[in-house]
Amino acid sequence: MIEVLIFATLNGLVTGLLLFMLASGLTLIFSMMGVLNFAHASFYMLGAYFAYSISLYLGFWPALIVAPVLVGLLGALIERYGLRRVHKSGHVAELIFTFGLAFLIEEAVQFFWGRATKDYRSPDLLDFPLFTLFGQNFPAYKAFMIFISIAIFIGLYFVLTRTRIGIIIQAAITHPHTVANLGHNVPLIFMAVFGVGTGLAGLAGVIAGPVLTTFPGMAMVLGSIVFVIVVIGGLGSLAGALVASLLIGLLQSYAIASDVGMPDLLAWLGISFERDHPLNDIWRLTLPQVAPILPYLLLVLVLIFRPSGLFGKRES
Amino acid sequence: MKLFKSSLSALRVISLLTLVWTLSLPSLARAQDPIRIAFIDPQSGTFAATGETGYLQLKFAADYFFNEKGGVLGGRQIEVIALDNKNSAADSQQQLRRAISEGIQIVYSGNGSAVASALSTAIERHNRRNPEQRVIFMNYAAVDPILTGADCSFWHFRFDSHSDTKMDVMTSHIATKADISKVYIIGQDYSFGKAVGDAAISMLAAKRPDIEVVGNELHPIGQVKDFTPYVTKIVASGADAIITGNWGGDMVALGRAIADAGLDVPIYTFYAAYDGITATLGEAGKNRIRLVHNDFANPVTSEERIAFTRAFKAKYPHKDLTQPRLATSLQMLVNAMEETGGTDPFQLALAMEDMRVTNMIGDEVWMRGEDHQSFQPLFVSVHTDENVVFDADNSGFGLVTEFRVPTQDTITESSCKMNRPQQ
Repeated sequence: MIEVLIFATLNGLVTGLLLFMLASGLTLIFSMMGVLNFAHASFYMLGAYFAYSISLYLGFWPALIVAPVLVGLLGALIERYGLRRVHKSGHVAELIFTFGLAFLIEEAVQFFWGRATKDYRSPDLLDFPLFTLFGQNFPAYKAFMIFISIAIFIGLYFVLTRTRIGIIIQAAITHPHTVANLGHNVPLIFMAVFGVGTGLAGLAGVIAGPVLTTFPGMAMVLGSIVFVIVVIGGLGSLAGALVASLLIGLLQSYAIASDVGMPDLLAWLGISFERDHPLNDIWRLTLPQVAPILPYLLLVLVLIFRPSGLFGKRES
Repeated sequence: MKLFKSSLSALRVISLLTLVWTLSLPSLARAQDPIRIAFIDPQSGTFAATGETGYLQLKFAADYFFNEKGGVLGGRQIEVIALDNKNSAADSQQQLRRAISEGIQIVYSGNGSAVASALSTAIERHNRRNPEQRVIFMNYAAVDPILTGADCSFWHFRFDSHSDTKMDVMTSHIATKADISKVYIIGQDYSFGKAVGDAAISMLAAKRPDIEVVGNELHPIGQVKDFTPYVTKIVASGADAIITGNWGGDMVALGRAIADAGLDVPIYTFYAAYDGITATLGEAGKNRIRLVHNDFANPVTSEERIAFTRAFKAKYPHKDLTQPRLATSLQMLVNAMEETGGTDPFQLALAMEDMRVTNMIGDEVWMRGEDHQSFQPLFVSVHTDENVVFDADNSGFGLVTEFRVPTQDTITESSCKMNRPQQ
């Protein structure tokens, strides 16, 4: 039992911190634009594919640096020449723009790289088990993922709260006109934030690609869950995004590791049903089976009891 | 006001699109028009790779065997049209309606029994209501037993062996391995995954009562990001063999998580090869992953099959010939066309009943008339890089057949009570 608990915690941490890398960029962009960037997970996918292609020629480590920068630049260009124009037409147009962008990126990825899973591997340097516990390996690469994610949280937190740039960004998000009147180039700030946000998503893709497999559906698998995190954590809150990511990562991991379900509940209540009962599927339901929908359940609960999210500052 | 303006321009775009679509609508079929086949399978999303490879193979088989040799029915070409169903039952029905509205009467689909079941039901209903515009359903890969069992349909033909038959072969193979005593079953949470789990449990109990099933897990299909938590449970259970019906992205991710965790036990599968899966599993899966399938792997001895494979690889160097039964199914369909002198689905269906054709490797494939289930030899193959002439994903790794089960040993009783339409 203890080994399941330890590994469930580690797995939850890895997933949670990976989700945080996506959520941190998304939450920044969310508070800036006021709408969800539906294409955010698509930038994550682009990061993985860019890194795959670069790693074929230069290896993993250069890809780790170059791919997120490329994704960030692409994001900045899209903000400058796409979103900024659409912004004039209001939130609905922005929403539809990012929605369309997600499809466009998926099609583009399929066009250039094909639909088959890519053999994108973690670097040989990290290709060893960090430790073996109860017969199961914990790959060094996963520890590396944890390390990068935490470093990003600390770095972002420091920049946003302790530096002048961070203060200007925060001010530009809440009071764009005042900041513009003070002589700052607000559109440039927005472009930079969008670029950094998408770059972070790209970085998440670079390091997640080898573990979660690199294929055209990878954006879709992760896309909706990131929105859930941003809403649960509270809009625009970095700490909220971290807590919500860890919460969801651990929640899912523990739910999968658990072995309880309706049969146990029914046995405890002393009720039993025939196998051919019309609701048989419900009576057989187990917690691991519903684990992937638990975050959405949590989302509903948070929206009912704390609509601004766990760490949200404003009511929207 | 701004919103109003943008929605106006959106309206303009939509009306323009409608106009383009209307103009591109085809006219009614004429005698020398191509015979069109709708290929309804995922072309986007988690399972896009599987759907795309299937489409290319069917298209290639049509060109290679028929179109380049002058067509069928006195010169008509076979045209395969891919319709993306996003692996969803609802989208499949929509694509089916689209195919029907364009006058297509032959539908191919295979990825996912939920989809196949929805299509089979929809086609049965459509054919009952529109006897003048019927559709025939060629199922090349969806293997839930129910499709040729309790839910069998006169219009549905299956060219793959169903999962109970494959599981029978798999469990017989496991039964010969004395060192296996604990088995863990993991599958996708839908009709097929459940059928695999149930069949494995009952068959193992019959063949090797001493084997303990230490886990029977279902996970949502196409939704799991990381299988490590599941692997943790498998390790904790002490299993010394794994059975899974997973396919597509779910198979890759599961295989990778097992390898990453350093779990060294045999994995029995149906679909752990090709479309990037072989390359991804690579060294980690060597001699560990076994497949039960009806497509003969290395060593390939048939000249016809070698030539076909080489031609396919020459045209699509990054793709593999994953489902040669698509060619077999097309052979049966064309035989039926030539026999009946037309493409009327009712006549085609009658002609295909109890038809026997010889596939590329020289085995006979029999389409049982009672339930429209095909029977053919089955194989157990292992994932390795030794003695592999035809590899998968250009990775050097591929499948080598260890075990062959002749057709007569795969035949099971039919439980189908078919509702046979009149003319």
